[in-house]
Amino acid sequence: MTNAIAPPIVRLRGVGKTFANGTIALEGLDLDVRSGEFLSLLGPSGCGKSTVLRMIAGLASPSAGSIDWSDAQSRSDLGYVFQDSTLMPWTSVFNNVWLPLRLSGLSKADAATRIEEALSLVGLSGFAKSYPRELSGGMKMRVSIARALVLRPRLLLMDEPFAALDEITRFKLNNDLLRLKAELGTTVIFVTHSVYESVYLSSRIAVFASRPGRIIDTIDIDAPYPRNEDFRHSALYAERSRAASTALMSAIAAEDHL
Amino acid sequence: MSAQSRPAIAMNAERALDIALPVCVFLGALGVWEAIVALKDIPPYILPAPSRIASTLIADWDTLSGSLWVTLRITFAALFAAVVGGVALAILFAQWKWVERSFFPFAVILQVTPIVAIAPLLLVYLDGGTAVLVCAFVVAFFPILSNTALGLASADHNLLDLFELYRASRWQQLIYLRLPSALPYFLGGLRIGGGLALIGAIVAEIAAGSAGQGAGLAFRIVESGYRLNIPRMFAALVLISVAGILIFLFFTLLSRVLLGRWHDSARSREG
Repeated sequence: MTNAIAPPIVRLRGVGKTFANGTIALEGLDLDVRSGEFLSLLGPSGCGKSTVLRMIAGLASPSAGSIDWSDAQSRSDLGYVFQDSTLMPWTSVFNNVWLPLRLSGLSKADAATRIEEALSLVGLSGFAKSYPRELSGGMKMRVSIARALVLRPRLLLMDEPFAALDEITRFKLNNDLLRLKAELGTTVIFVTHSVYESVYLSSRIAVFASRPGRIIDTIDIDAPYPRNEDFRHSALYAERSRAASTALMSAIAAEDHL
Repeated sequence: MSAQSRPAIAMNAERALDIALPVCVFLGALGVWEAIVALKDIPPYILPAPSRIASTLIADWDTLSGSLWVTLRITFAALFAAVVGGVALAILFAQWKWVERSFFPFAVILQVTPIVAIAPLLLVYLDGGTAVLVCAFVVAFFPILSNTALGLASADHNLLDLFELYRASRWQQLIYLRLPSALPYFLGGLRIGGGLALIGAIVAEIAAGSAGQGAGLAFRIVESGYRLNIPRMFAALVLISVAGILIFLFFTLLSRVLLGRWHDSARSREG
């Protein structure tokens, strides 16, 4: 599934981030994001993995190193999903999904088809008129994903999107996300602190250690897509989960020694 | 069906009690008052009985309703000006930080200086009606300004990031994000400001009334005091209270209508 020949969409070289209070969040980070891959950034909290996502999105700027895009257009061809659904509570699901189109100047009527398509992609066709309050946590997250996908971005950035959900909902959304990725061919960067989630979803995992945040290991998951629940019981899944756990443990151990 | 309606009945009973209890206390107090006045044979120019106040209210309705109208007109004109001014300034604060840094201290000074102290000074420079209006405006202005400014600054940070990601302009951010986020705060300010506008109008009328100006309810109170028409003083006081309560209820209802579908403040907790 991973395409090693194509040039990366975005290339990070020697990227560092030092906050105003002197905290070194990231140091000397090298990372290539390849077209079509599902890349997970796995690490303990506070290792700067969310900061990497924010820098790629252009919401924060690196204090060292460079972030290079394969072409200028890709840079703004993004969707972003936050840990909580981050919906506007005062308006309907339809209007929430409309937001990215509205900000680019598309009227409600012109956007309607694309909004309905995005909602049907995440299985929420009947809920356009509902308000966020009336939905469950998992449904709100689906709306958030629909909003991120409504512009059909080339790159989807997800910052621990399912961390606040119960495990059953999370499994369901994991499968939905894989289906959407296959349907749309989107490249995904997925921040998580769950080993099992990252192994199940990813074609590649970058394992982070903290203080300062850095990548200590990269694990390829060369199982073909589409994946389903059977994959959770496969030998490859067990083996890669062990490898990712070991890498994560050594990341945490390195932190304890400091 | 019956399983669902039983808690609903219990809830309605609770709500009915919320109304019934204070009403009982109120009627009880009126009864005691009436009885004391009757038993001790207190003359109305010392303490009028509630029945006497009620009959005065009806007998003097033409004069009192005219004054009520004057006071309400000033209250709402001042409140309207405070909403326009407060919201406009809060938007300027949100869009340009230096405006906030330049002007906010003066808004605070205006707020902390007692209106009773400002009113006589305003009467020197302005005619009575305008001075009363300005006083009511001054007290209603600050809660609307500060609440709206707080609301505009309280937009969800992730949503602000999202707007930045999609390259929204400052004005798109204001209209689609900051203004809706500020609505609950604004309505809270409006509820406080509505009551304060009435108080400001009354205080200024009393100050102006002593200078021989105005014909609002406060003027009627001062005038009745001079004439020892104590029942009419009470009647005017009743009208002021009722007006204050109605203003509060009106804005509470407005909040509930505008926020009903999305804001926690307007919804009962589930379960």
